[in-house]
Amino acid sequence: MTESTSSIDDGDLHAFVDGQLDAARLPAVLAYLRAHPEQAVRAAEWQAQRSGLRAWHRAQEPGATPGAMAATVMRHRRRRDAAPWARAAAAVALLAIGAAAGHFWPGSAGPADRLASAPAFVRDAAVAYAVYTPEVRHPVEVSGSEQDHLVQWLSRRLGRPLHAPVLQDRGFRLLGGRLLPGAPAPRAQFMYEDARGRRTTLYVAVFPDGAAPRETAFRSLRKEDGESFYWMEDGYGYALSADLPTAELQALAREVYAQLYPGR
Amino acid sequence: MGVEQALSHVPALRRYARLLTGNAAQADDLVQDTLERACAKWPLWRPGTALRAWLMTLMHNLYLNQARDRRHDDGHASLEQANEPSHEPLARAPEMIDLQRAVARLPPALRTVLLLVSVEEYTYAEAADILGVPIGTVMSRLHRARESVRAMMGPPGGELPRPALELVKK
Repeated sequence: MTESTSSIDDGDLHAFVDGQLDAARLPAVLAYLRAHPEQAVRAAEWQAQRSGLRAWHRAQEPGATPGAMAATVMRHRRRRDAAPWARAAAAVALLAIGAAAGHFWPGSAGPADRLASAPAFVRDAAVAYAVYTPEVRHPVEVSGSEQDHLVQWLSRRLGRPLHAPVLQDRGFRLLGGRLLPGAPAPRAQFMYEDARGRRTTLYVAVFPDGAAPRETAFRSLRKEDGESFYWMEDGYGYALSADLPTAELQALAREVYAQLYPGR
Repeated sequence: MGVEQALSHVPALRRYARLLTGNAAQADDLVQDTLERACAKWPLWRPGTALRAWLMTLMHNLYLNQARDRRHDDGHASLEQANEPSHEPLARAPEMIDLQRAVARLPPALRTVLLLVSVEEYTYAEAADILGVPIGTVMSRLHRARESVRAMMGPPGGELPRPALELVKK
């Protein structure tokens, strides 16, 4: 045994197995394993354990994030946002967005309006977008192939008639939708996908008379994982969310609006 | 920037928790508890540091506390029972069953190190940070975990022996 290989210890062997070995030590470890077949067998078994564990891990398919997990975080977020300093921070963020984007439509919103923080439902929409669009196997509860059933079901649960816009001409097909928690009524999320796998969601909240947030013009809220265009109309709150170029998302939002409120 | 960022890590936490607990329902309970803890402690998270590692720290603290409580309540045998994996899609491969059973029989403190290093690919130093132990402890636990699993897996086709922890203390 040479001097360099005599200093090899178990820690070096683990580091070798885990790919954490300092490159400078690699030749000494290899020489040691060649000189000690029983140690080479041991390291190979550790390596096999590691591969087996990783295969086991890859095989896990936990499915869609349970509503209770998303609700926990959303509840906390709402409590936090109730603090005046949080509202102020949100308002500053929105002001920056408004100044940068300049795409308010169809009404014209004054600077004072832009300072108002986004209604709670818009943040809920952004969270729901972030949670459900990455889902590979369970992005929706009810598939878009049962569109009539989907729209009827969600309309019944929200207590107001809903419509799922058709965005096929813009390359987005309806994947389906899901029911989400909300107050005073549950919320609906429709999800669309284009040929490149990009997804967009239309989130709908309904409000009884008097409980609706003030009617807003068309606005946007940008987060690191995407952007939401939102507006209020007739006691409905809508948020269209996607990680798309602003102009493309804005065009989609116009299309949605035109289909939901033809002639306005 | 709020706690909702944690949601993007939920799928990874759930997959990892399934290996840790060996049981899908227990895993989801653990992730749910972790998110509640994250909300309560959110002001303590330092923006700019790795959120996933912070969530992992919360999850491991909860898991190790729960495992300790359960052992005190029910004795060690029932803990091993509770960790028997029951939901595995790969369970048809015999070596995989042996591996899962061996991991389930490891003491929780050894299992956490083995999984953090093997599956999540944390460096030894990062694993030490997450678990709040010195790096030397990570190395000795990793060694004991791997040698215990090796002893429990036994020679190919052989009987599954009991854990032989006393043989492999470093």
